[in-house]
Amino acid sequence: MTAMATIIAHDTRLAFRRGADTLLVLGFFVLACVLFPFGIGGDPALLERVGPGLIWVTALLAAMLALDRLFAADFEDGSLDLLILAESPLELVVLAKAAAHWLATGLPLVAAAPVLAVALNMPPPGLVGLLAALLLGTPTLTLIGAVGAALTLGARRGGVLVSLLVLPLYIPVLIFGVAAVEAAIGGSGTGPRLTALAGFLLAALALAPFAAAAALRQATR
Amino acid sequence: MADFTGARFTGTDIACIRGQRVLFAGLGFDLAAGGALLVTGPNGIGKSSLLRLMAGLLPAAAGRLRLTPGGDAAAGPAYLGHGDALKPPLTVAETLAFWTRIAGPADNGARTRAVAAAVDLFALAPLARVPCRYLSAGQRRRVALARVVAQGAPLWLLDEPTTSLDDSGVAAFGQALARHRAGGGMAVIAGHGAVGADGAAVLEIARFAGRDVTEPFHRGLLAGASA
Repeated sequence: MTAMATIIAHDTRLAFRRGADTLLVLGFFVLACVLFPFGIGGDPALLERVGPGLIWVTALLAAMLALDRLFAADFEDGSLDLLILAESPLELVVLAKAAAHWLATGLPLVAAAPVLAVALNMPPPGLVGLLAALLLGTPTLTLIGAVGAALTLGARRGGVLVSLLVLPLYIPVLIFGVAAVEAAIGGSGTGPRLTALAGFLLAALALAPFAAAAALRQATR
Repeated sequence: MADFTGARFTGTDIACIRGQRVLFAGLGFDLAAGGALLVTGPNGIGKSSLLRLMAGLLPAAAGRLRLTPGGDAAAGPAYLGHGDALKPPLTVAETLAFWTRIAGPADNGARTRAVAAAVDLFALAPLARVPCRYLSAGQRRRVALARVVAQGAPLWLLDEPTTSLDDSGVAAFGQALARHRAGGGMAVIAGHGAVGADGAAVLEIARFAGRDVTEPFHRGLLAGASA
């Protein structure tokens, strides 16, 4: 447990000093959301209708941007070898690294989303639903992404490969995430959708660390 | 001072296969407390592979490795590969603190003392607050070696440890190795011109390599590995 806390503190400090990943993800998210009204027109009714889907899709793409760096630096500089040799199980190490990655890239997305939603004319009840859905959904994206990042370690053009591997697996989160926001706007219960998102998160928490750890061990052979 | 009395590291009949090629087979060694093993041979013969195999990063195609830590030491070996495992934005002090917390003395006081001693030995005190991105190759190596020393492991696995070190760095490394061995620690060192390794056994990988892969024994190994 202390090893996990140590890794989370270490990785968030690294991300904070470097800053590039957070800025890249956040910058892409904001710019992409702002671009849409230019493309499809500024009609408030139209924006209100497409808003939830638009924010979720761009958040999904933004979350993917920094994924390929999740293990790549550790792989190249030899840190990954040492983490594998450390006493704490590699599965927990993966979980800690994913948590730190979410703090550096996922949490800023969640924080920025309501502002963009207001800009896209989303009614106030939708904002609460959006926040809840993103808080439950983005950690799942990071965990699934960690498996993809571990699998493509050492591959040329790993970043592109990660996207192809991971995007199809993001679809359930996207469906229920958008459904939760729309239910919140429409006044019907968000409960079932959020429960589904929580279920995805629990499944990802239980499965992804094992898959990613296995892939990492394979990559360092 | 760590005490590894009774430590032992043995390997019997070890074989390693990389990319459908048998690098070596039938390799064995026996390292007692305070012992050192120099792994020598030309490039590509499998020195690094042997060290990774000893660390447990590579599976052996055949054979057995057995590490008895001795004393009250933590079990795992301290490994130094080609990479220095340094992060450009983090300072030297932060790097050493992180790695010893991940794999080092469990007790806070012991860890702090171990890091301080290693920093002294490799003259890293003036660099403690310098981010690793500003370090030279030799300085990076000093930090990586200080990490190994501070880990307090019974077994050191060092791949070309003195690469890019200057004379004083090599001397510091020799001193660290001598101290480690005096306490019963063991070391396996790949590469040439190791200092502080007097009385070390020499393991020439070439003696176990270069056999024809078509030999039935090796064919069996390959079949077993791909099954």
